[in-house]
Amino acid sequence: MKEALQSIRQQAEELLHAAQDMKEIDALRVRFLGKKGELTAILKQMGKLSAEERPVIGQLANDVRAKIEGAIAARNEELKASQLDRQLESEKLDVTMPGKRHPLGKKHPLTLVLDEVKEIFLGMGFDVAQGPEVELDYYNFEALNIPKNHPARDTQDTFYIDENTVLRTQTSPVQVRVMEKQKPPIRVIAPGRVYRSDAVDATHSPLFHQIEGLVVDKDVTMADLKGTLEVFVKRLYGEDSVVRFRPHHFPFTEPSAELDVQCFACHGEGCRLCKGEGWIELLGCGMVHPKVLSICGIDPEEYSGFAFGMGLERIVMRRFGIDDLRLFYENDLRFLNQF
Amino acid sequence: MSGSKVEGYFIEGSDIDNVIVGKILSIEKHPDADKLVVCQVDVGAGEPIQIVTGATNLVEGDVVPVAMDNSTLPGGKKIRKGKLRGVLSNGMLCSLGELGLTQHDFPNAVEDGIMVLDEENLRLGQDIREAIGLNDTCVEFEITSNRPDCFSIIGLAREAAATYDKPLKLHTPVVKGSGGDIHELLDVEVKNPELCMRYMARMVKNVKIEPSPRWMRERLRACGVRPINNIVDITNYVMLEYGQPMHAFDYKYVNGKKITVRTAQNGEKITTLDDVERGLDESMLVIADEKGPVAVAGVMGGEYSGIMDDTDTIVFESACFNGVSVRLTSKKLALRTESSGRYEKGLDPYNTLPAVERACELVELLGAGEVVDGVIDVDNSDKALRRIPLEPDWINRFLGIEISRERMVQILEKIGCVMEGDDIVIPSFRPDLEHKADISEEIARFYGYDKIPVTAIRGTAQGHLTDLQKFERTVSDTLLAQGLYEIMTYSFISPKYYDKIRLPAESPLRQCVTIQNPLGEDTSVMRTTTLPSMLEILAKNYNNRNESAAFFEISPEYIPTDGPLPDENSQVTLGMYGEAYDFFSLKGVVEELLHVLDIEDYDVEAVSDNPTFHPGRCAKISKDGREIGVLGEVHPLVLQNYGIGVKAYAAKLSAGALFDLRCADKHFTPLPKYPATARDIAVLCDDALPVLTMKKAIQKAAGRILEQVSLFDVYKGKQVPEGKKSVAWSLSFRAADRTLTDEETDRAMKKVLKALDELGATLRA
Repeated sequence: MKEALQSIRQQAEELLHAAQDMKEIDALRVRFLGKKGELTAILKQMGKLSAEERPVIGQLANDVRAKIEGAIAARNEELKASQLDRQLESEKLDVTMPGKRHPLGKKHPLTLVLDEVKEIFLGMGFDVAQGPEVELDYYNFEALNIPKNHPARDTQDTFYIDENTVLRTQTSPVQVRVMEKQKPPIRVIAPGRVYRSDAVDATHSPLFHQIEGLVVDKDVTMADLKGTLEVFVKRLYGEDSVVRFRPHHFPFTEPSAELDVQCFACHGEGCRLCKGEGWIELLGCGMVHPKVLSICGIDPEEYSGFAFGMGLERIVMRRFGIDDLRLFYENDLRFLNQF
Repeated sequence: MSGSKVEGYFIEGSDIDNVIVGKILSIEKHPDADKLVVCQVDVGAGEPIQIVTGATNLVEGDVVPVAMDNSTLPGGKKIRKGKLRGVLSNGMLCSLGELGLTQHDFPNAVEDGIMVLDEENLRLGQDIREAIGLNDTCVEFEITSNRPDCFSIIGLAREAAATYDKPLKLHTPVVKGSGGDIHELLDVEVKNPELCMRYMARMVKNVKIEPSPRWMRERLRACGVRPINNIVDITNYVMLEYGQPMHAFDYKYVNGKKITVRTAQNGEKITTLDDVERGLDESMLVIADEKGPVAVAGVMGGEYSGIMDDTDTIVFESACFNGVSVRLTSKKLALRTESSGRYEKGLDPYNTLPAVERACELVELLGAGEVVDGVIDVDNSDKALRRIPLEPDWINRFLGIEISRERMVQILEKIGCVMEGDDIVIPSFRPDLEHKADISEEIARFYGYDKIPVTAIRGTAQGHLTDLQKFERTVSDTLLAQGLYEIMTYSFISPKYYDKIRLPAESPLRQCVTIQNPLGEDTSVMRTTTLPSMLEILAKNYNNRNESAAFFEISPEYIPTDGPLPDENSQVTLGMYGEAYDFFSLKGVVEELLHVLDIEDYDVEAVSDNPTFHPGRCAKISKDGREIGVLGEVHPLVLQNYGIGVKAYAAKLSAGALFDLRCADKHFTPLPKYPATARDIAVLCDDALPVLTMKKAIQKAAGRILEQVSLFDVYKGKQVPEGKKSVAWSLSFRAADRTLTDEETDRAMKKVLKALDELGATLRA
């Protein structure tokens, strides 16, 4: 009997090893371990054994059963694993095929850079203010120390709605509106559309965007103006940017300046981008004229401030190398897609 | 870097190379050409060279400009040696035009022929630029509008002296005179002293009109002024040197020997020096004789009394007119001149005397006539000089610098200010200095903007976006995430665009803010709806053969009000065309936006009377009676107006309504602890019954335990009778505090079916 048991075990193990699927394994289990199986058949003959042999053979039979059960489980695992391998093999993809995309839209390039400018100033403690585009002559000119018939009005070809109403030629009227409403300390930027009657060409548009800035507080100095704008330029154009402040004239600031940034293409040597000058005019700025503070109800003896203004389109054109301003307003998808 | 920006500079004659002075030794006929001659030319070195020319004005011994082999002329023209009809020519003899000059520069030279040099001290072989004085360097300055004093050589010299800390050496004109008395010859009356603060006149008799000398012509030409004759040139020369416009009248045409400065009478006329007859009105100041106007004050003289070759006696005018008045007159006449450009910025009444003296001095220097003694001076100007206290501490604090009072005084004195105690006396030529801030700018300019330190603003501040700005960002992000591209359009449009979108003639939207002086009709009114702007861009993209496009813009409409300014109402405008899009993809974008903004339970109503949209494919969205906006398929006739050959979809939502209706406070709802029960039903109803009506009925009937109801199928066709549709709904019930029993759900479903039944929707078997 001992031999018979050993032989069953050996046979079972060999057959299991050769089995190629779960069904075959199940058949083998029935054949060897089932109620009518070979092992059971042998155990049924236990009665014929002597009392000494019975426990020995019983023990052996249990061992054989455990071994066969173990072999069944192991073979099952093996088969599962190889089946998975086959499945994975069959599911192989050409991973170089294009992905499925849900394309996002894109921001207009002007918004893209404006957002960047806003972030920079928000980081420096500025709020963002807005004002009307159809504006009173008073806010656009008079409160900014540009009375009627002032020659400075000639340099800004104005669209008139009526005698007292214009399309704002600059974002500076927002300065006045902010100062009328808010007590110092004031730190705001005011981006927005402005209008001048320039015929459309590659570098002119009757509608364009400006970003105005205003700071009013006690003891604000021209050194603060320089410091603030230098930080701005370095954030926008990189820490190695070089700026210079050049005297200029605006009726609503005194002293006034223009800020030039050293040409980032040629580093001051002179090239096509800077038209050979080595410097690029970036913005106008100055200390808020005491007359303007007074007009807005702020005591110029107690407070001082600075203001600045820049054109957005030109900054964006240089940033992306765009050579025609009209593209911004034509909104061709093939243009918008590039940013 | 101290103020007047150098815009650029150019060197005269820099486009001429290898042109030298030569002398014609002999002229012979060309053997094979009747119209050509062969010249031997001495160019000051070695053997004479042979040059063939077609000119006929030459004689032996003439000194001429010779463009040698390998030379360059203005316009980039290259000259090389070569054969002309078989005869070697080693270069070219040049005319005035070939050197970029005109007879105004060299009055004695002929226009059509070789330029014959009549100058003294010429050397054969000399560079032509040196020989004819075409070698100055011209510097172009940008003069800001507050500095009329810098519109002159003296003004710039003053700035330069202060910048480079060099002494300013000014010349004082000296006039010898020739006897006589101007007062016996001429009378001047100023009737409008507020418009003419000062009027000075001097006279010159026995005038000899001729070209002015070369040095004066060269300087005028370098400044861009065309030389005319000695008297006119002198007035221009003085204007450039002193910044004071001058005028010269022919005395014999000053009728009545009296000059009256007065405003014109309506209907009076004058023919100005540019040969144009101009109508005048009573707002314009004129210089008149007893017959009528002889000049428009500060703008341009009249032709009648202008300087002619036979002029014998002249009157020099040096006056100070009111800037605003000159500006308005020049604008009305559409006539801007060097003179009016200077006057309108405000000139210095102190400057009229030195200017007229300088003119007379130049007359004597040029031998152009004899200056009559005496000066007429009608002076109504305010002679009081402005005083501003010097406040060094304030200036230092304002600029963020620390410089001494002494240094400030030094700077101020350099630019012509005089200190009297603590007061700065402002020179008359600096009317722009009015306030201590102006003084601080002068200090800053000459101390150096670059030397002002760089500091951070004291104190801290937190920058933040307002709720509205954050909202706009959310809207933009949501639309970008759905694949829409942002556009930016002009906010002014043509009134014709309202026809293009089929707006009825009586629509109030046709009342818009109108620009008085538009560039063109296309940009003449401020839009009262953003739809035409969007459609315009869709059309452009369609015409540029972009297969499909989806856009959005957040921008205002300008709605007139009773007040002085219109309402600028921000709109969210959407537009799309292309295969991927239909009405429901547009609506999906809108729904997603509403969802992100937490605007729930809004109404959607079919709109059949919006002329811009398809009458069966247009919807209005509102909530609690407040209109949010409209969306739909663009009407075929509108598409036709825009030349769009495919279906297009557009929506316009009020940003204000979205902002007000959005739910800004988000509250947490605990995740459900008890299971949900799902029920699906399919009902049969009239095709015309809107699903939203059914949905609302279901929600109302099912009560609070209804967690969600969603449409999952609409079917028309086989097994559904004509004019009907089968609508399938999926309902989900849940209670927060218990597991629902079947009975509870059944009861709710019963009510739902009853409500649907009332709408004519019956459960499908």
